[in-house]
Amino acid sequence: MSETATRAPAPATLSRGRLLAWLGVTTAALLASVVVTVAIGPAGLTPSDVGQVVATRLGLGDLLGLATPDRLDDGIVWQLRLPRVLTAAAVGAGLAVCGVVMQSLTRNPLADPYLLGLSSGASLGAVSVLVLGWLAVLPVAAFVGAAAALVATLALATAAGRGAGGLSPGRTVLAGLAVSQLAAAATSFVIFWSARGDQYREILSWMLGSVAGAQWSSVLITGGAVLVLGTLLASTGSVLDAFTFGDTAAATLGVPVAAVRWVLLIGVALLTGALVSQSGAIGFVGLILPHAVRTITGARHRALLPLSMLCGATFLMWADTLARTVFTPRELPVGIVTAAIGAPVFAVLLWKGKARA
Amino acid sequence: MTQISEHTTGQSLTGPARTDGRAADGAGGAGLAAERVRWSVGGRLILDDVDVTAPPGALTGLVGPNGTGKSSLLRLVAGVERPDGGRVSLVARPGAPGEAGDSEDLLAMARRRRARTLAFVEQDAASELPVTVFDAVLLGRTPHRSVLAGPTEDDNALARAALERAGAGDLAAREVSTLSGGERQRVHMARALAQQPRVLLLDEPTNHLDVAAQLATMRLVGELAADGVTVLAALHDLSLAAATCDHVVVLAPEPAGRVVAAGPVEEVLVPEVIDPTYGVRTTVLRHPRTGRPVLTFDEV
Repeated sequence: MSETATRAPAPATLSRGRLLAWLGVTTAALLASVVVTVAIGPAGLTPSDVGQVVATRLGLGDLLGLATPDRLDDGIVWQLRLPRVLTAAAVGAGLAVCGVVMQSLTRNPLADPYLLGLSSGASLGAVSVLVLGWLAVLPVAAFVGAAAALVATLALATAAGRGAGGLSPGRTVLAGLAVSQLAAAATSFVIFWSARGDQYREILSWMLGSVAGAQWSSVLITGGAVLVLGTLLASTGSVLDAFTFGDTAAATLGVPVAAVRWVLLIGVALLTGALVSQSGAIGFVGLILPHAVRTITGARHRALLPLSMLCGATFLMWADTLARTVFTPRELPVGIVTAAIGAPVFAVLLWKGKARA
Repeated sequence: MTQISEHTTGQSLTGPARTDGRAADGAGGAGLAAERVRWSVGGRLILDDVDVTAPPGALTGLVGPNGTGKSSLLRLVAGVERPDGGRVSLVARPGAPGEAGDSEDLLAMARRRRARTLAFVEQDAASELPVTVFDAVLLGRTPHRSVLAGPTEDDNALARAALERAGAGDLAAREVSTLSGGERQRVHMARALAQQPRVLLLDEPTNHLDVAAQLATMRLVGELAADGVTVLAALHDLSLAAATCDHVVVLAPEPAGRVVAAGPVEEVLVPEVIDPTYGVRTTVLRHPRTGRPVLTFDEV
């Protein structure tokens, strides 16, 4: 580091009061976004129509003295849009928290949840069953592919590190890269060799990531994974803080470094695997959200983790709303929208962060 | 936490764990003893039955040519790596002749308890993250609170006091990556101080520092030692060791790291020890003001 480093203003370190205020604001934005994004679309629903359907479905209709909602409205809100919006929220929250954990564990600002080869492994699994036409087992195949990629990555990283420090961040990143590339090659081969006709479209849509067609089962899987694993990951703020200056510093602060690394990597992998099995590999959320939220919270993980989850959820709900409305009646895979928003945002963050780097 | 007040907190950092009621982890100075420590990596022996003692309340320098395992020894003592054999203990009270003293096995100690006992400032610890100086120092409080709990007001006060003690109070709101080498070293020392350790391990604390920053760092280390902290510092600069250390341990490289001499500076940093170890010709002069040894070297 140079002695003449720019004296940029210090990043905000959030006080407890301001953190609570941010959590309140982002939670309110999240809840409001659910109602508003469900209402947006061709059927011309209003947020109050949405509220009416949801309240009635939750058995609060009589209590609140609401009229019975229109059957068509009920179908659109409860069967089509709400599962999709909630799945988008869960996937966004999960990817964001996984991104924070991966960036901290590897101390690599470019890390994202897919770093361990998870998305490539999931793609290989998904594409293999897509070309066979076995759509029913697609989520399972994607999850198995992600899990296999994780095992391969960790096995390679551990084997390479045997007797030389074990599972180091650098080796984990490189092993993930190797596994990703191999899985991507295998995926390309499968597509090239076997895909026919409109399968290409389906495959591309899956590989770019999409929550179109999400059902309540998707909400259950992604939401459940986020509630259990996401909450667990989000509670590790103090531990991740201890990794700020590396593994040695963490160890001398009393952190069981190797155990923490394994537990967190496996937690990230299971959560990402569950998300990817439902939505495909939606890019940029896990990379960008942590960086964007860090401009508010600074590096403190106790603030960064929960805020990233809330912002990730809201972000992906709106990205998916854009994906299904901008070119109505055609839909875009939401992965295109997250990339289209994410890349410029990343460029701006890079530009603004210039003074500090 | 952007406002860091100037007032002192009334909490003591200088005598780590002396007066703050944390008697469980600190009751006066304790020496450090590494006995027959042996370590190898990938079949190569790095340290061969190394014995090092660092008496309480003194600055002990660990010197030796490159590759003698100085850093490795510190990492083993800090519990970052596990030795293949040997013992590292905290000696609260050396045994009088014919009597067992009080000593505690540091390697068997629970991680968090060890982190409240011993702090380690490694070489060139850096971070990619936009972490502020104050937050970096606050990390030193990690082993003193529950894993799920956030920092308390006490933690904040102790971190502030540690920053002041390390002469870095004015840096609190800065981002660590924008600091100069000397400033960063002070921040890492403050982080170690916030751990309230009885033993402080330093790996090349003056590396990459200009001469004024070197002196400031060693003055702080000397003050901490005078306050009762046991300090073991790996130093590559023999002249600096001669000017600042109370005791010196010399490691030699062949065939693997082993101790060739240990004791007070005056007895150890002499041509008979240095010349064969480093392959140089040493002349020992006297500092006209301090009377301490001043070393100069010639090629053989």
